[in-house]
Amino acid sequence: MRLRLDPIACTGHGICAELLPEMIRLDDWGYPILDDATVPAELLPMARRTLNACPALALRLEREPKAPRG
Amino acid sequence: MSGSATRDPSADVARLSPHLDRAVPISLREHRAAFPPPSTPHRASRAELIDAIDAAGLRGRGGAAFPTAVKMRAVGGGKRRPVVVVNGSEGEPASEKDRVLMTLGPHLVLDGAELAAAAVDADEVIVGVDAAAPRARRSIEAAVGERSAVARRGVSVRVVPIPTGYVAGEERSLVHLLNGGPAIPTSGPRPFVRGVRGRPTLIQNVETLGHLALINAFGPTWFRSIGPDEMPGSMLVTVSGGVAHPGVYEIEVGAKIGDVMRGAGGAPRGVGGVLVGGYSGTWLAAEIAATVPLQPSGLAAVGGIVGAGVIAVVPEDACGWTETANVLRWLAGQTAGQCGPCVHGLAAIAGAAEQVVTGRGGDATFGRLNRWAADVRGRGACALPDGAVRFLQSALEVFGADVRAHLHGRRCAGSREPRILPVPEPGKAA
Repeated sequence: MRLRLDPIACTGHGICAELLPEMIRLDDWGYPILDDATVPAELLPMARRTLNACPALALRLEREPKAPRG
Repeated sequence: MSGSATRDPSADVARLSPHLDRAVPISLREHRAAFPPPSTPHRASRAELIDAIDAAGLRGRGGAAFPTAVKMRAVGGGKRRPVVVVNGSEGEPASEKDRVLMTLGPHLVLDGAELAAAAVDADEVIVGVDAAAPRARRSIEAAVGERSAVARRGVSVRVVPIPTGYVAGEERSLVHLLNGGPAIPTSGPRPFVRGVRGRPTLIQNVETLGHLALINAFGPTWFRSIGPDEMPGSMLVTVSGGVAHPGVYEIEVGAKIGDVMRGAGGAPRGVGGVLVGGYSGTWLAAEIAATVPLQPSGLAAVGGIVGAGVIAVVPEDACGWTETANVLRWLAGQTAGQCGPCVHGLAAIAGAAEQVVTGRGGDATFGRLNRWAADVRGRGACALPDGAVRFLQSALEVFGADVRAHLHGRRCAGSREPRILPVPEPGKAA
């Protein structure tokens, strides 16, 4: 699974970067920059908590693309 | 800027130009005398028309160079009848080719639109024209009127003004507008899945549809007889800035940018840099622009895009960085205000670029510009922030000397010259 953001919905609360700093950092204006890599299994529970904690419901987890990459 | 296209008598490049090399719009009767009427594809041959577009290798001329047949196949074949939207928004301030084509050759565009509608089984065509291009709109409306007098097929055609703005012509902005909302992007489904009134929607640039009509008339082999395999045919370009004869020209795709500039009379004040594609495109240094072919792979090799066919020349004695800062400020003002990184990032970038111009920036400003460029990329709902960043990064490369002169407190002489690149004021006709 990968993290995805709806940039229109996001209002820059920044809670996500506090909950999941391993995958999310904030830019100079407080908006999240997501790590595009697969969310490691051990982080998945926290990633799901982060999705639910977003006040704008702007984050989601997306399945891996079907085609093998690379 | 002149409104006529120039015919190249030496080659079979003048394809759209016969429609444009004139002072007044072509009438339906003149148009029909010069071109065979578009045959209405029967149900059985609809796939054949799309196959012909595919075989011709037609790619969109609006900016993204996306394969037209792929888009057409994506909207057809579903349960709901598709809608065809003709994109005449032409939001690139330095581009004029679409309004020239709509003004002088409206029937070619409408032929293409009706053919596309028939091919995907759409019963509705909506022509969106920039609200600040009244001549183009009047010409298209008159042409629609002329055709409706002799119409025999069940496709409705209407013309809709599109509010002027850089993101208004983005596909999802158009759908948003046509569904009753503002002309700003959404993060909803792609229009070929769900567009106007929830129907699959085929959105094509006006020039693309002109080529489509010609492919229907003369066939894919004829179409491919010029231009490279990756993007056959001719294209309209708008050459502006420091050339002797600015205007709209039809060129063979793959022509060297230097040759296109020579075709526009050359650059009497020398070349400080060439902006290729549009305000989402890239600056190229003079010696690189001279040899780069205007085609996707040629521009990709130097980090650029064909874009909307804009070629804007900044003379050697002008200041490319001042031009860049001016455009960056305008781009920042074009944000729809929806995505944080675009709203804040582009404003910050424009501010830093202006600090460099006025000699108030230090080396830290340079560093910030580079970091913000990297941070903003890929984080908007539409391509505006990515385009602005591509434009910025190419400027940092090409105008390094200008930037250093400004950073060390010298106002370069060129920054006092009148601006080369147009930045329309809000609400004013371009």
